[in-house]
Amino acid sequence: MAATKHTLVALVQDKPGVLNRMASLFRRRGFNIESIAVGRSELPHFSRMTIVINGAATLVEQVRKQLDKVIDVVKVSDITESNMVARELALIKVKATSATRSEIMQIVDIFRANIIDVASDSVTVEVTGDEEKVDSLFNLLRGFGIKEVARTGCIAMTRGSQGALSVEEKLSKAHNKKQK
Amino acid sequence: MKMTGAQIICESLVREGVEVIFGFPGGAILPLCDTLPHYPQLRLILVRHEQGAAHAADGYARATGKVGVCLTTSGPGATNLVTGIANACLDSVPLVAITGQVARPFIGKDAFQEVDITGITLPITKHNYLVLDVDSLANTVKEAFHLAKTGRPGPILIDIPRDVQIDQAEFCYPNKLDLPGYEPILRGHPAQIKKAARLINEAQRPLIIAGRGVIISGAYAELKQLAEAAQVPVVTTLLGISSFPESHVLSYGMLGMHGMAYANMAVNAADLIIAIGMRFDDRATAKVSAFAPHAHIIHIDIDPAEIGKNVRVDVPIVGDVKTVLNVLNKLINSTEHINWVQQLDDWRKEHPSTIIRDSDGLLPQFVIRKIYEVTQGEAAIITGVGQNQMWAAQHYWYNKPNSLISSGGLGAMGFELPAAMGVKVGRPDDIVWCIAGDGGFQMTIQELATIVQERLAVKVAIMNNGFLGMVRQWQELFYGRRYVATPLSGPNFVKIAEAYGIPALRVKHNDEVVSAIEQAMNYQGPFIIDFMIEPEENVYPMVPPGASLAEVLEEPKREVGVWPRRSTP
Repeated sequence: MAATKHTLVALVQDKPGVLNRMASLFRRRGFNIESIAVGRSELPHFSRMTIVINGAATLVEQVRKQLDKVIDVVKVSDITESNMVARELALIKVKATSATRSEIMQIVDIFRANIIDVASDSVTVEVTGDEEKVDSLFNLLRGFGIKEVARTGCIAMTRGSQGALSVEEKLSKAHNKKQK
Repeated sequence: MKMTGAQIICESLVREGVEVIFGFPGGAILPLCDTLPHYPQLRLILVRHEQGAAHAADGYARATGKVGVCLTTSGPGATNLVTGIANACLDSVPLVAITGQVARPFIGKDAFQEVDITGITLPITKHNYLVLDVDSLANTVKEAFHLAKTGRPGPILIDIPRDVQIDQAEFCYPNKLDLPGYEPILRGHPAQIKKAARLINEAQRPLIIAGRGVIISGAYAELKQLAEAAQVPVVTTLLGISSFPESHVLSYGMLGMHGMAYANMAVNAADLIIAIGMRFDDRATAKVSAFAPHAHIIHIDIDPAEIGKNVRVDVPIVGDVKTVLNVLNKLINSTEHINWVQQLDDWRKEHPSTIIRDSDGLLPQFVIRKIYEVTQGEAAIITGVGQNQMWAAQHYWYNKPNSLISSGGLGAMGFELPAAMGVKVGRPDDIVWCIAGDGGFQMTIQELATIVQERLAVKVAIMNNGFLGMVRQWQELFYGRRYVATPLSGPNFVKIAEAYGIPALRVKHNDEVVSAIEQAMNYQGPFIIDFMIEPEENVYPMVPPGASLAEVLEEPKREVGVWPRRSTP
């Protein structure tokens, strides 16, 4: 079966070691992940992770199920087939001289990216977008000489009013009740 | 009322119905040890090595269905549990391991006897905890027991720093759990169950493969009902042995690498496999791409991640075996598969697999068969790993539910003796036979002292061939009979037994076997028999590694006993 890119979204309890548990699982079962991004969710004590994995559908389904077994993981969904938005943030430090600086700024403009730091011999570009956009800006800037790149990895959610995870509504209701 | 952490642990254990703890003390667990005598309902059994504590708790849990508990100190105490925890994890055994940890200010400082045991056991536990606050202790114990025994059972480790055991908190045992990420699915999906029923009702050559999930779920009656209603032959995995009475007309023994030839042939010819509470381990399936080539597969398991992990599945049913079978059985038409069952019977006649040949030398198969006859199939059999395990699986016939206890997934030599100890503690009225090899027995032999101290009437049969037998068999068959690191010399097990205060016999001849077994049975306490079996006896049938179930090797005509036995003291 052909390997394709899948985006998994996981809601996890904010407990010590939860990232370790997930990383350990990827390592142990030989799953290669492309990126993983973690941050706080709208619910207190819960984080949301976006995991991008390249593999055949059966492998990805196995990854999803194994992740779901981790006790601190509330729910994992493969949202690849859903209508979703996915974004990545990158910081790119590019070599810049007085001769090239304006050309770099033009390219940055076209990509609706920002220059967030300027030094005598470099500029730092901040770009947000899907992976292809970040990649193509990176490729264009490469000609000027890249000094450093930092990328967040992809974060994603489904479009529209519905959450990807029905469990969230239940959780947030329970949480509201607690607060009352 | 304020209590210390140690008291809170004891109170919580009592509330979880714990009666026995297998443990070994040490500095970091002393506050808890010091508190235990105030709770006489918690019986602490002192083992001689922490691995024994984990295996004993494992045996206890398998025998009783309750959660097994073991207790050790930090550092080496904790790391010595690792084999036992991994064993429980692979065989889905409910276990709670409590380890002491260095006091909180020392954590991360490489203090004396400090190891990161939660990190070490992360991939071999269902879940684990490092308790950093005495206020969360009661809740943690409650969660641990809930996780250990529900869903797919497994081991849970709780690491408790020394100072948390001393700190005080209000004790209030929670009656509710907050585990939003944990909700085992018990009822199978009705549509899938319907689909499964249709396949079963239409099948010409259906076959049930029953695993340990049937035993865990206690679905003996439901399995029997399904098999009988649709007249479906039943084979079992190694750990599925004793989920279905082996004297039943529809029972066709164990499948897999050392399974019955006819059981493997049945898998190969079946048009429908009903896999119940088993996980398609490679020792059961052999070459997985050639597994059951003509069959649709129905897979019933409580763990969603097992579905489709190793083999393609046509009808997945995630749920508790007993619950699912109860629903499924209502949809099954009473039918017969006369030709198919006849075919299996013919195969069994042509490839009997359990015939014991005549021999002047003592054959292990003969010994096991005699233990079966003398115990009338009523014993609980606990095996080591390797040849002794396979002979015990093949030549004892298990009619009593949950009567074979063995290290399946991990294949941990040294399991036999401490596990037998745990079984005897859990089922004191049962006859308990530990079938060991001379290799594995020496891995945990020190638990003989525990058995004596606790007055546990465990009967031990050592299949002594002077070899690490299964490895030697592979060397004979696949490595040109180059016996590297497999011949063993001694010790004299009878003298060892004597040193421990256990009566023992050495048996060399066929005609001494029955009387020795009877003598062991008639003795009130533990007893050891050292059976000097044929050194180069092999386990057959055998599916060679990498081959498919269709490629069974059966016992060839061969000279045995030509390898000179090392002198035995």
